[in-house]
Amino acid sequence: MSLSKDDVRKIAYLARIRVPEERLEPLAGELNNIVGWVEQLQEVDTNGVEPMTSVVDIETPMRDDVVTDGGVTEKVLANAPDRNDAFFGVPKVVE
Amino acid sequence: MTDQWTIAKAADALEKGEVSSVELTDAHIAAVEAGRSLNAFITETPEIARERAAASDARRAAGNVASPMDGVPIAMKDLFCTEGVRTTAASHILENFVPTYESTVSGNLRDAGSVMLGKTNLDEFAMGSANITSYFGSVKNPLTPEGANADLVPGGSSGGSVAAVAGGLAIAATGTDTGGSIRQPASFCGLVGMKPTYGRCSRWGVVAFASSLDQAGPLTKTVEDAAIMLQSMAGYDAKDSTSLPMELPDFRAACTRDVKGMKVGIPKEYTLDGMPDEIQKLWDQGVQWMQDMGAETVEVSLPHTKYALPTYYIVAPAEASSNLARYDGVRYGLRVPGDSLDEMYELTRGEGFGEEVQRRVLIGAYVLSAGYYDAYYVKAQQVRTLIARDFENAFNEVDVLLTPTAPSAAFAKGEKMDDPIAMYLNDVFTVPASLAGLPAISIPGGYDAGGLPLGLQLITGVCQEETLFRAASALEMAAGGGQ
Repeated sequence: MSLSKDDVRKIAYLARIRVPEERLEPLAGELNNIVGWVEQLQEVDTNGVEPMTSVVDIETPMRDDVVTDGGVTEKVLANAPDRNDAFFGVPKVVE
Repeated sequence: MTDQWTIAKAADALEKGEVSSVELTDAHIAAVEAGRSLNAFITETPEIARERAAASDARRAAGNVASPMDGVPIAMKDLFCTEGVRTTAASHILENFVPTYESTVSGNLRDAGSVMLGKTNLDEFAMGSANITSYFGSVKNPLTPEGANADLVPGGSSGGSVAAVAGGLAIAATGTDTGGSIRQPASFCGLVGMKPTYGRCSRWGVVAFASSLDQAGPLTKTVEDAAIMLQSMAGYDAKDSTSLPMELPDFRAACTRDVKGMKVGIPKEYTLDGMPDEIQKLWDQGVQWMQDMGAETVEVSLPHTKYALPTYYIVAPAEASSNLARYDGVRYGLRVPGDSLDEMYELTRGEGFGEEVQRRVLIGAYVLSAGYYDAYYVKAQQVRTLIARDFENAFNEVDVLLTPTAPSAAFAKGEKMDDPIAMYLNDVFTVPASLAGLPAISIPGGYDAGGLPLGLQLITGVCQEETLFRAASALEMAAGGGQ
């Protein structure tokens, strides 16, 4: 499996990272090196092995289903790059 | 002089009234200012430090000492959210982020009375092994020989924290460890670095990198200090669903320096082709020390060790790509304007993330994408199960494992920078324990031919920190440290 320039463009869009056109080719090379290197896992026999979901075998504690938070609009908005009243401002999404 | 202080010595001197927290803190604030060429701090907080020091002295005068950390000046890795104090994760995207809440670990340390001197530099989002990916510039290892052509790296990602402690700017510091980010820099700077069992320290309020691996821990000058500091950092936290709902043992009491009858495993797969002789020699010396102190050493096998790094470089980027999806230019952090919402996201993240972070987010997005998820991510999580099983089998036979911490001493800035995989190999000995969630510690074991420190690593089973501290305190004594 080898990533092409177009693959990198597609992944970069999935990750919402703008990669300049001239960086796509070198980046494909870098990513291919890494992907080629992790390919060695394919030689490990994992038939019937459960994928790890938790590193420590404990039961997750449950808490009462009650409201524990809220009413902190100012805190939530404190770092907003663009705020309108009690809302986050974003570029227009509906024409 | 600030570099002679340990937490234990400071606690003792404070108790005897030989020094006040304000005096101790002022001396360290001056050291932080004098040590700015190390670039160890992203944000200095001298006002907060003086305020907390005065409050500590007042508590002491009233007979209400909170803990052995009370009044002790420490440095905080800039990955822990601190209320009202800028928290950057060393990233442009969080350059001006000021949290409105305090992380559980930094809050625990504050409540224990410790004095925060500032927020330390790190690799961007804790992704790196040399502290060269920070948006705020690289950190200089304080052990760089005078007149050297290039600065030595302090290791990473907790590079600012180790530089601060090794340089005498702080008595101790917090670190976080995802694949070795506490232990490897500790090795590079001649310090003790300890990663507890996954879940001992709450991840709440710690800027997330790879959630199933991230774990906080102490960076200190001695094993005893690591035990004292971990006691204040750790503990169950309902705000982190992976936090361990268990009482903490008395870590300091476990530092008995007694390993008589202990069984120490030497994993044969940790011998690497092309490993420097001095690393092998130090490891052999460690084995000898353990035997001389009455421990029994046996060779053990961890057959999947060589797959740990490639497993890590699937799991960690996958989790990072999910975690870092939150940086959208809308709710906090940098925004670069665009004509559409999508364009705004892309421009913000393209400019806000550095090269290594982008590389890892892209790898993560790729291994999680449709058609590749099973081949990469599920496969890696299966191999991870096998790696954890190897450790379980070993710990049926032995109490603790002894290995080198890193495959080399600190290297010069500029080395290993062209090839990401060469940089990743720094963590070859630390990543396996991270994948299995096990507690592990690096202690200074000796020096290379150039006089640079080399670390030895000890690993124990899940929640066996007491055994870890027992073994580490003994090994430290054998290596001539811990005074």
